[in-house]
Amino acid sequence: MAYAALPTQVGPGESQTRRDFLTYATVTTGAAGTVLALWPFIHSMNPAADVLALSSSEVDLTPVVPGQAITVTWRGKPVFIRHRTPEETQAARDVDISGLPDPQKDEDRVQNPEWLILVGVCTHLGCVPLGQKQTDPHGDYNGWFCPCHGSHYDGSGRIRKGPAPFNLIVPPYTFTSKTTIKIG
Amino acid sequence: MSASVHSHRVVRWINDRLPIFTMVHHSAVEYPTPKNLNYWWNFGSLAGFILAVMVLTGIFLAMNYTAHTAYAFDSVERIMRDVNYGWLLRYLHMNGASMFFLVVYIHIFRGLYYGSYKSPREVLWWIGLLIFLTMMATAFMGYVLPWGQMSFWGATVITNLFSAVPWVGQDVVTWLWGGFSVDNPTLNRFFSLHYLLPFIILFLVIVHLWALHTVKSNNPLGIDVRGSQDTIPFHPYYTIKDLYGMGPFLLFYLFFVFFAPNFFGEPDNYIPANPMVTPPHIVPEWYFLPFYAILRAVPDKLFGVVLMFSAIFILFILPWLDRSTVRSAHFRPIYKQLFWIFLLDCFVLGWIGAKPPEGAYLIIGRVATIYYFVHFLILTPLVGIFEKPRSLPESICTPVVKAAKI
Repeated sequence: MAYAALPTQVGPGESQTRRDFLTYATVTTGAAGTVLALWPFIHSMNPAADVLALSSSEVDLTPVVPGQAITVTWRGKPVFIRHRTPEETQAARDVDISGLPDPQKDEDRVQNPEWLILVGVCTHLGCVPLGQKQTDPHGDYNGWFCPCHGSHYDGSGRIRKGPAPFNLIVPPYTFTSKTTIKIG
Repeated sequence: MSASVHSHRVVRWINDRLPIFTMVHHSAVEYPTPKNLNYWWNFGSLAGFILAVMVLTGIFLAMNYTAHTAYAFDSVERIMRDVNYGWLLRYLHMNGASMFFLVVYIHIFRGLYYGSYKSPREVLWWIGLLIFLTMMATAFMGYVLPWGQMSFWGATVITNLFSAVPWVGQDVVTWLWGGFSVDNPTLNRFFSLHYLLPFIILFLVIVHLWALHTVKSNNPLGIDVRGSQDTIPFHPYYTIKDLYGMGPFLLFYLFFVFFAPNFFGEPDNYIPANPMVTPPHIVPEWYFLPFYAILRAVPDKLFGVVLMFSAIFILFILPWLDRSTVRSAHFRPIYKQLFWIFLLDCFVLGWIGAKPPEGAYLIIGRVATIYYFVHFLILTPLVGIFEKPRSLPESICTPVVKAAKI
């Protein structure tokens, strides 16, 4: 009888160990293989080699006089470089940080007190705050003001008022000479 | 088969409102399939699988491709060098096109051998041919995108086929190009259509399956299913058989992807397109070669183009050219031989298509072209009338049951 040889459904109470093992082993192997095969697709959306090659920027600081600010590009984002006057630095260091939303000392935010270097992206939802130009609004704390949702940053780039949760981010940078920095 | 197979409460709740689980169960689980299908029946699901691979790799390639004559070639090289696993995505896509045609050609010849185009499967056959035609258009336009020398000159030659149309030919070609030569507007529209057509294919595949599940699968004996004793449920029997066949297929496909990725390609396509210089020897991709041979066999421009398209369109009327009511070549001693000769003829045409059109190649190409049409227009109808088929078994399970009793 041809039909009797066909595998039949295993009824309740019968031993299912061997068939279960084969089923689980097959499904596990197939699932693992599928996940591994999907990784190249997912990873292809991560930054490519040519994008990663652009991930550091060198800046010559010689032309920036005290009191002046410039904006440079790093990884497609604006970076604020501010040559602070001694008065500006002093004002940033006189603040009582205990009452701040994201307390941080100005000393911890700069390598050289003259040079304040910040990623110019509001930590709320990513707009570029105003305050780089003399004629820009500088907010209530003489720093930067984000026009999108009204966050006020002080002369050290710390959040003082408004919806942003954190201070403006200090990017990784090194002084390659007295007047040159490498960001990233 | 109703609510009873869906034990889970949430599944039942959804199924009562949208019977999607019933549909899947009906067409992918209990679908009664002839129990005698051989491995040639694996190629339908393989074609579906490779279509999915092409769509998936294509979507991710499109994320990094630039459809502009000034950037296209470089953007493809960037995919190869800079994009993470970009080389893998591109080689999967490039070789996937060859695999797609290989699988579909086997699927079509399976249909020719076992008479799967005959009543009641004519519409199923037609939709399959429409899929094949759409695939050809998609593959041609995809080949243009890397904007190498073969891309450019392939596009020029193939679009110029339409200039053979009497009176309006040149206007049609200008319209296809969006200019007075193959240029940026052409590349842009080809990219747009190359992205669109696979979804048209996907739609046609769904209609193909709809027709299939209405008339049910043919089988190697070519006789109708008599009852439930002749069938087994699709799942798990054919799901597991299809998956098993996918193993060797993937080994074959990935061998080319990893060890000979440019085996099917032309080195000239790694030279950026140059509208001023035609490469000395231009050939289409291997899957177009038989049709290319037919085109070149004819010394007249219009007639050559007409004959080339006829080579495919003749398949649409094949169900009426073949007068035999016996489907499977297994029971047709003469047709069976003709089938193999026809297959050989297609290989000869493919070989000639890759050779320069001169001397003996031209003569062989003409003989093979004539035979191609003689096979369909003369031999197939005559054999259908005069051949004496072998006797057919009563049912699919009869020979098996008899053998088991002995």
